[in-house]
Amino acid sequence: MDPKNVIICRCSDVTLQDLYELFDQGYETFEELKRIKRVGMGPCQANTCGKMVQWEIAKYFNKPLEEVKFQNMRPFTLGVKLKSIKEAADDDEE
Amino acid sequence: MTMRNKANVVIIGGGISGMAIAYNLAKKGMKDIVVVEKEYYTAGATGRCGAGIRQQWATKMNCLLAKKSVAFFEKAQEELAYDGDIEFKQEGYLIVATTKEEDEQFDKNVKLQNELGIPTQKLDKEAARKIVPYLNMDIVTSATFCPTDGHLNPFTTTDAFYKAAEKLGVTFYKFTTVTDIVVEHDEVKAVVTDKGTIETPVVVNAAGGYAKDIGKMAGVDIPVYSQNREILVTEPIERMQGPMVISFSKNIYCQQTPHGAFIMGRGDNRPPGYAMDSTWEFLDEMAKTVTELLPPIGELRVIRQWGGLYNMSPDHQPIISDAKETKGFYMACGFSGHGFMLAPMTGLLLSEMILGEEPSMPLEDLKLDRFEGKDITNMEKSVV
Ligand SMILES: Cc1cc2nc3c(=O)[nH]c(=O)nc-3n(C[C@H](O)[C@H](O)[C@H](O)COP(=O)(O)OP(=O)(O)OC[C@H]3O[C@@H](n4cnc5c(N)ncnc54)[C@H](O)[C@@H]3O)c2cc1C
Ligand code: FES
Repeated sequence: MDPKNVIICRCSDVTLQDLYELFDQGYETFEELKRIKRVGMGPCQANTCGKMVQWEIAKYFNKPLEEVKFQNMRPFTLGVKLKSIKEAADDDEE
Repeated sequence: MTMRNKANVVIIGGGISGMAIAYNLAKKGMKDIVVVEKEYYTAGATGRCGAGIRQQWATKMNCLLAKKSVAFFEKAQEELAYDGDIEFKQEGYLIVATTKEEDEQFDKNVKLQNELGIPTQKLDKEAARKIVPYLNMDIVTSATFCPTDGHLNPFTTTDAFYKAAEKLGVTFYKFTTVTDIVVEHDEVKAVVTDKGTIETPVVVNAAGGYAKDIGKMAGVDIPVYSQNREILVTEPIERMQGPMVISFSKNIYCQQTPHGAFIMGRGDNRPPGYAMDSTWEFLDEMAKTVTELLPPIGELRVIRQWGGLYNMSPDHQPIISDAKETKGFYMACGFSGHGFMLAPMTGLLLSEMILGEEPSMPLEDLKLDRFEGKDITNMEKSVV
């Protein structure tokens, strides 16, 4: 399949072709790809695309998959409304 | 890749400052420039920052640096011939006052800014509400607004400087750590890295939160410290807020990026150090403040939270300087939370200093020796 038509990160609309171009420009780690093209930064926080990105990095640079670092994990605040956080904090103070 | 063993200048740090310095030196015709970065580019404060651009400062120096930098950003896309998009959005900063003292200080700030040619306006409550209709008018007393302030994408902006510098022949080593600086007879001789040693007569310390440690390697004592500042981002939604909204008294800045996500932060006073953790305390306080000042934003879901280092100087203004005690040692640090927006001037002024050219603006208030045996009278107060 044409890499232009293979969507790797659907949250941030990044195709396999985009990844190849970034690899050629010298961006070769998850952290770099994420910053330049928002790969893995969408609402699902790389739950959908993370493994695929890792796999493509490994293939392209001929590295064992275990050596390709996954993006740094952040604390799990995913999907909570600011208002709910505030209300919970207010409750704690009472 | 074997590393080159000689250079005319080695720049330590691949953040926005290091990149802007490399670009300016190369543009002026300097050859054999090397940039060394211990991780990837933007791994430091640059990739963690709010990337807000404002000219509304309380000291003349910060106003001028910011104003001239905005003039550069307005033409940066063309000047750097960048193939991506630096996403410069100029929809202003709305700075709200919630106390009488603040309101009075803002009168002074606006006067200074207008004298320097910065188009800030003082607004009453009604006028502020026209700009951001959902502001909580029970707590806002007045505001100032500068329409040419704005926001950039920190990753692509750094990438733009990087690529322009690379085209001009600058050599870059990422994932390479500087471990020592060789100084003989008070002159810089070489930079030692974990991948090899580079002989050089000039070193530039653009190491952000680690600037003090780099100074020590060269025997230069830099009076800065680092402090964790936290920030969060929400899910993206349709465009609803043009300007950045800040309040110093409420301790908040909050901005919608062109991508649609809201970015917000506050400045809690943390102990000096290198920790960049994400805390529940920050999340709680941030949620409280934003729902108070901008109620509808409370409906948004948080998707990520992180921390980064502010490199604080004694007067909260940058140190762009040479070092009396060590010839060939230069620094750009102590940005105290606003070094992203000043990078074009950081690059220009340091390149002029290194090449012995006439400076584009007076440097006394930027030099390291301004702190020697003097009390700080010129403190920048407009910092979140
Ligand atoms: C949460 C937060 C929000 C902010 N918001 C804004 C804002 O809205 N507007 C604004 O203008 N500024 C803002 N700032 C400040 C801004 O991020 C910084 O002032 C600016 O990015 C500094 O850039 P720099 O290149 O000097 O430093 P950095 O980006 O920190 O770069 C220094 C680099 O040096 C590298 N390094 C360190 N030690 C070594 C070594 N021994 N060997 C090799 N490399 C080394 C680091 O890895 C790092 O990449 C914010 C900062 C934070 C933390
Ligand atoms: S698919 Fe990549 S972040 Fe969701």
